[in-house]
Amino acid sequence: MVGLASAQNHLGEDFMKSEQPALQVQGLTKRFDRLAVDALDLTVRAGEFYALVGPNGAGKTTTLRMVAGLLRPDAGSVAIFGVDGLRDPVAAKQIMAWVSDEPMIYEKLTPLEYLEFVAGLWGVDPKISTPAARDLLVSLGLEPHLDERCEGFSKGMRQKVALAGALVHDPRLIILDEPLTGLDAVSARHVKGLLGERVRAGCTVIMTTHILEVAERMADRIGVIAAGRLVAEGTLSELREQNGHGNTSLEDLFIALVDVKAEAA
Amino acid sequence: MSVATTLTWFARHELRLAWREWLAMMTGGRRGRKRAAAIGLVVFAALMHLPAYAVIGRFANLHAPLDKTSLIVLTSTILLAWALMLSQAIESVTRVFYARADLDLIMSSPARLTNIFSVRIAAIALVVTGMALLFSTPFVDVLVLNGGARWLAGFGVVVVIGFSAAALAIAITILLFRLIGPARTRLIAQILAAVIGAGFVIALQIAAILSYGTLSRFAVLTSDAAAAFAPDADSLLWWPARAALGDMEALLFLLSASLVLLGGVMAIFSPRFADTAIVASAQAITSRRGNRAFAFRGGSRQQALRRKEFLLLKRDPWLISQTLMQLLYLVPPALLLWRSFSDSSAAIVLITPVVVMAAGQLAGGLAWLTISGEDAADLVATAPLSPSAVLRAKIEVVLIVIGAIFAPLIGALAFASPLQAAITAGGVTIGGASATAIQLWFRVQAKRNQFRRRQTSSRLATFAEAFSSIGWAATSALALSLPTGAAVSGLMTAAIVVATWKLSPRRG
Repeated sequence: MVGLASAQNHLGEDFMKSEQPALQVQGLTKRFDRLAVDALDLTVRAGEFYALVGPNGAGKTTTLRMVAGLLRPDAGSVAIFGVDGLRDPVAAKQIMAWVSDEPMIYEKLTPLEYLEFVAGLWGVDPKISTPAARDLLVSLGLEPHLDERCEGFSKGMRQKVALAGALVHDPRLIILDEPLTGLDAVSARHVKGLLGERVRAGCTVIMTTHILEVAERMADRIGVIAAGRLVAEGTLSELREQNGHGNTSLEDLFIALVDVKAEAA
Repeated sequence: MSVATTLTWFARHELRLAWREWLAMMTGGRRGRKRAAAIGLVVFAALMHLPAYAVIGRFANLHAPLDKTSLIVLTSTILLAWALMLSQAIESVTRVFYARADLDLIMSSPARLTNIFSVRIAAIALVVTGMALLFSTPFVDVLVLNGGARWLAGFGVVVVIGFSAAALAIAITILLFRLIGPARTRLIAQILAAVIGAGFVIALQIAAILSYGTLSRFAVLTSDAAAAFAPDADSLLWWPARAALGDMEALLFLLSASLVLLGGVMAIFSPRFADTAIVASAQAITSRRGNRAFAFRGGSRQQALRRKEFLLLKRDPWLISQTLMQLLYLVPPALLLWRSFSDSSAAIVLITPVVVMAAGQLAGGLAWLTISGEDAADLVATAPLSPSAVLRAKIEVVLIVIGAIFAPLIGALAFASPLQAAITAGGVTIGGASATAIQLWFRVQAKRNQFRRRQTSSRLATFAEAFSSIGWAATSALALSLPTGAAVSGLMTAAIVVATWKLSPRRG
């Protein structure tokens, strides 16, 4: 299986026990033609799988793009394992990875060449990254395509290559925007397995998803975002308790939360 | 729907797609620019009449029967236009095979594919012919205004050129698919397009240099030797020239022949068009490094970036064809340089502006591809490198490539004239740096495959890049012959570059 997660010792129990949150966002604000993210406060603990759910246009992607350093916030702060993401973006980027819903890879590179490039950008020792890259691609079912250029790949295959690229430098924090979009059932299971394994090895995963079942089954905690604000947060049972919805599914809870928010707005 | 209705509907669909693609190219894909694009086009067409007059105005008073020299010059001009059209058509056909995203829809529809693809082939021919008509209109206008309505037959010759070039381009591309496979066809077709487009002029220049020691292609065409080798006046070879002069019999024959050629291509290749397009879209190109022996290379983060850029540039069919074309254009001056070793031809001075101009043009294209054409922008933006380090690595790639291409030529020039080599090196450096800087100031986030539309995203950058290349080429040439003029020209070009920076969105 993927050797890197177990081979790297900086991802061990130290991080699982770390008091430092993996992500701390305070007063994060972004306005385009309307307010997209509204003074958002969010804390994700080290070593947890955090799912961010919300209706379309709620501000999930904008929030995560600001965390990843792809968008400059209008106000607020972002700290990745205590590193100020706005003041020292290079140090913050060194320990995290970003995977967008639209896989951005190079058409003219093979998956191995792409991973070599990513590993080089993050300064990973080739002795570690060469076998790790191969293991990652094999575990994602891409072994027959290792030396084919990505230009003929399906969206699912591209998504897998992008995900392997995010994992090859062994990040402490992985941020994924709708990573399961376009994947078939087998590929989705591969990806979920890989992410679960990373979390068990001490990595922190933050993921937006529209598939509430995935959030329900995989996430340690779930944050519900609407109109740029975090309207609820906690484990599934905490969310049920907070909102007095007994044994309902996350889907019912989500609809109730979002509807309440819409009415309040 | 009847077959005829289906075909009419599909033809309308194809023409609408072609029109929108063309419009997007002219407007840079932005809404609300249609009027500006139309005005720009009209102004451009009007301005084109001036160079058209300079190039072709002297032919307006030609009347049949022509002497052999006039026939050679006119026929060669038509042949040149045809070669350029064939080059453009090969490029268009290749793009249709690799880029059209509607194949699944068409293939899954109940329409007869042979008919549908016949329409697509006809649409390619119409688009190529339309472009040919657009570009030839100022030339034909000049001939009609100065030589009378008989020159209107020139439009008919342009239609012949468009139809026959499109038919041949389709046949060449599909045959290439059969012979070398889809993986290599795109690259070879692009190279072929470049060679055909530039080859004709360059071949004439090479012949002129070898025979007369001049870069003028007309030296060969107007020579006694060419007239001696040319066939008699009633030969079929002169029919395009006769048709252009208003000989209706020749024109109707050529129009019929081009239509038969296009029809033949449609009949032969339509049934295979679908297979070819499917194979093209499903191609898998493998890396020669081979996955078993693949070991990652070490080095700094900037090295990783540079390596990636070099690899992508090496695999870019457009870039290879453009570089090849630039190099082809350098063949005549290089030949002139070689000849100058044996005689003291003053024409050697011509090498400098040609080289400086080529360096500026190539640097502009390379800079766009490396700086703006970043397919994984999010990945690079989330990498632990400062934006300035990323830009520096990309600029280094452009300068290294320019250096690698032009250093050997400048080195050879140093043997003939060290001063000229030094001035040429200076021109290449400043010209390349200016073009790169302009692309840097006007950088946008784009995909590499949007390269063809890069000119439309900022016309200011396009014109500034062109004027800068021309300006530095002129400055270098003047530095060799008229230093005071070089100072003036250099200051003016520098002013253009500074003004471009002042107007650029990245200023500050």
